[in-house]
Amino acid sequence: MSTGGSMKPILEIGNVTYSYHTLQGETTALNDINLSVLPGQFISIVGPSGCGKSTLLSLISGLIKPDSGSITINEKKIEDSNTNIGYMLQKDNLFEWRTVYSNVLLGLEIQNKITKSTTKTIDDMLKAYGLENFKNARPSQLSGGMRQRVALIRTLALEPDILLLDEPFSALDYQTRLEVCDDIGVILRREGKTAILVTHDLSEAISMGDVVVVLSKRPGKIRKIVQIDMEISNRTPISSRSSPKFKDYFNLIWKELTDNV
Amino acid sequence: MSEMQEKYIKSFKRQRYKVLFFRIMLFVIFIGAWEGATHFKMIDSFIFSSPSRVLITFINMCKSGQIFIHIGITLAETLVSFSLVILIGLGMAILLWMFETFSKIIEPYLVILNSLPKSALAPILIVWLGSNTKTIIVTAISVAVFGTIISIYTSFNGVDTEKVKLIYTLGGKRKDILIKLILPSSLPMIISTMKVNIGLSLVGVVIGEFLAAKAGLGYLIIYGSQVFKLDWVIMSIVILCIIAIGLYSIINRIEKMYTKKISG
Repeated sequence: MSTGGSMKPILEIGNVTYSYHTLQGETTALNDINLSVLPGQFISIVGPSGCGKSTLLSLISGLIKPDSGSITINEKKIEDSNTNIGYMLQKDNLFEWRTVYSNVLLGLEIQNKITKSTTKTIDDMLKAYGLENFKNARPSQLSGGMRQRVALIRTLALEPDILLLDEPFSALDYQTRLEVCDDIGVILRREGKTAILVTHDLSEAISMGDVVVVLSKRPGKIRKIVQIDMEISNRTPISSRSSPKFKDYFNLIWKELTDNV
Repeated sequence: MSEMQEKYIKSFKRQRYKVLFFRIMLFVIFIGAWEGATHFKMIDSFIFSSPSRVLITFINMCKSGQIFIHIGITLAETLVSFSLVILIGLGMAILLWMFETFSKIIEPYLVILNSLPKSALAPILIVWLGSNTKTIIVTAISVAVFGTIISIYTSFNGVDTEKVKLIYTLGGKRKDILIKLILPSSLPMIISTMKVNIGLSLVGVVIGEFLAAKAGLGYLIIYGSQVFKLDWVIMSIVILCIIAIGLYSIINRIEKMYTKKISG
């Protein structure tokens, strides 16, 4: 997926620093982060807990503003950019008072984008993910993996150009986690979406990413950027795990993370 | 069905019948003892009234149609106060949520007003508003409204911050958070404050009627006690019990309908 240097980055992060403030004092969460992401790339970010991984996603999505430095999307500032950014949170956050279908519609409803073509897209996605018979069910009637798929459709319904994934599989049991992870990996590659995944699961980061970014512990700094090349065709997260190179990358990044402490 | 299952269901039913039986027995014994005690002059029926006298009074007042006026007035005042309490409570909670600094400023005042015995306010309200229906409704509102504001606002603030973040990530604004998240997620809490408030409104209306009324069950109670017509007093209390149960079960029904809708 990683392409030549001629391509313009879709996202550029330059010298970004961010601190949290409380009455007890100031905590620097991120320090001097530089990163550029090409269209269609899948970036995994790993690091010890509390290193500001999630903060980085909140900054990219524009929910919070950096203290210093710049974040540009297609060479425009976030607030001026009309690029759609999708954000998947750790929990599915489905609303129990809505049916599965109206949960999926939530984003479109907020942005006044419910049209024939958007609802058609949703219907197709529900069918593709095996959820069409659960359209009128309540979220509590679904399994954890199904709920996470509903949350994914809710995000994809807004047709994001960049997808931010904040440990979206962490609440699932191991088997479901591998399945959903594979599903989502395949879907995102097929659609050519740019994605940034934050996780503390090394195998997940390596199996999904074109690039793995290793952050140091707080204040988070970029420690190493590792290009992943599994040397297999039609790579999926599951097939990556059985690639002979998987172990090498794992050891390399594991060493980076543990040297940190 | 297995033998054990049948046995289990049988013992479950037996338990239920037992409870029901003793409930009814308790009522029958109470009424019987009361009637008997007055019949055999163990207690003075002039002061304590009696079930039969209450019933006769009720039938007579039904015939003259008088009782329906009293019940109607109390009921109407209660429903008006209740609706206003819910509207004001909800409106104020939304305002407090919209203006956080304002809510911080007035919070201690709300707590004081909520813990104040509201019957203490009624005499002032008469002086200010006059001896009329307005005073009764304002009294009833003052009994219930502060607690309602506090409960609903607390429930607004208890909304999951992750869900708030979700709305923002979907491109929503503050208004979307209110409409799509806070109001629907607080609906169960709003219904449960309604359950408390329907009773409180009735209490407030009766307090108001004690002081500023020419009709209504509260008026009938206070007037009856002044002219030693204890039959009126007891009858009014019994009717108030029935009204309270009736109103509460209406809200209970609404709550059940809502939970049923949510659970599919």
